[in-house]
Amino acid sequence: MKISFVLNGKKKTTDVEPDMRVIDLLREHLHLTGTKEGCGSGECGACAILVDGESRLSCLMLAAQLEGKKITTIEGLSKGKRLHPVQKAFVENGAVQCGFCTPGMVMTSVDILSRNPDPSRDEIREGISGNLCRCTGYQKIVDAIEYAAKDKNR
Amino acid sequence: MAREVLLPRTLDDLWEIFHAEPELHLYAGGTDLLVKLRSQPPLPSGSPSPLVCLERIDGLKGIYEEDGLVCIRACTTHSEIMKDPVIRQHFPVLTKVLSLLGSPHIRNMGTIGGNICTASPAGDTLTPLYTLGASVEARSCDSGRLMPLKSFILGPGSVALQQGEILYGIWIKKDHDFNIHHFEKIGQRKALAIAIASMAALIKLSGEGTIEKIRLAWGSVAPTVAVSHTIEDALTGKPLTENVLRDAMPLVTDALSPIDDVRASAGYRRRVATNLLLRLLQYKDA
Repeated sequence: MKISFVLNGKKKTTDVEPDMRVIDLLREHLHLTGTKEGCGSGECGACAILVDGESRLSCLMLAAQLEGKKITTIEGLSKGKRLHPVQKAFVENGAVQCGFCTPGMVMTSVDILSRNPDPSRDEIREGISGNLCRCTGYQKIVDAIEYAAKDKNR
Repeated sequence: MAREVLLPRTLDDLWEIFHAEPELHLYAGGTDLLVKLRSQPPLPSGSPSPLVCLERIDGLKGIYEEDGLVCIRACTTHSEIMKDPVIRQHFPVLTKVLSLLGSPHIRNMGTIGGNICTASPAGDTLTPLYTLGASVEARSCDSGRLMPLKSFILGPGSVALQQGEILYGIWIKKDHDFNIHHFEKIGQRKALAIAIASMAALIKLSGEGTIEKIRLAWGSVAPTVAVSHTIEDALTGKPLTENVLRDAMPLVTDALSPIDDVRASAGYRRRVATNLLLRLLQYKDA
């Protein structure tokens, strides 16, 4: 099945099995391995991507559902070598430990800040409640998102 | 081996697909279906029935009012319902439940119709909808029928849809005089918890603290939502006090039929679901 969508700002047409999961399409077919698969059942948020600007779990979507949509993955956030403000905030606040949850956390943070540019710490915690970090580093992740919000408002 | 995935844009397109291919697997948000597909063994060769994704059908999305009723179309996502001002104003019990359902990602994907048709004993949207006396509308290519949600849910994973029918929407009466909307879910964590037990309650409490009307529903403690007119009748007309609630607790215990599973034992479920009744005390001086 041929599907067309916009991937990280570029039009893309690709021939895939319609029932392939989006996470597999991204990682195995398009070799965008930034998006991670943790649980494969919607509980960990590691595979979060943006579809038309809103967070979705790529392990719970089939490739056919991308038809006509705008997709952003972690690879699409930086502009050349310039990191996205959220990525920069994660680096500067030490919010990355093993890094496995990071792409999902960063995409989720971008989604949170797009809807709520100035979230409270509670709102941030609620916003990332669907993303697990097993290094248990939530404190610094929340710090980073708070920092990114301030950075953006500056 | 690959399965066809169809994305109809209109209800008419859907009826045509039904006509051509009666053996279909419908899905909306996919948050349950994709987990199930993954745990299944690889499909045998041959042509498996196509999957039909309903997310692109505009006629199945959105919330509208008609004759004093609010209709939530089946493929409206949990996030969209949570944001809706009419729902917030008239059915705060539903907004509360949705804020505890899954996670932000799951709420962006999952739909109310999907939650109902999955008919899980732990389905979060079911208890508030039972207390609100919701009805559901099923539609096929040439007819529609309305029935109480209670008769639509037949048992775990089973609903009263016939071949060629889909769940079109959920109808809730806008005017009710319940001034207390309560929901609590017991899970192993706050987000992404499949309920071990839950209770939704609507109460009309008089200025003097008398329970003039009450509706209660428990989730995850029976094959479907547990309701009991005996308990509601026992509490009606009584003051909202600890003694009154404690007197009703044995009735709750009797009304539930929980099971042991990976999340909790039947005994714990029965105990905690019964204790949830005492939470209503927080509204004593409301």
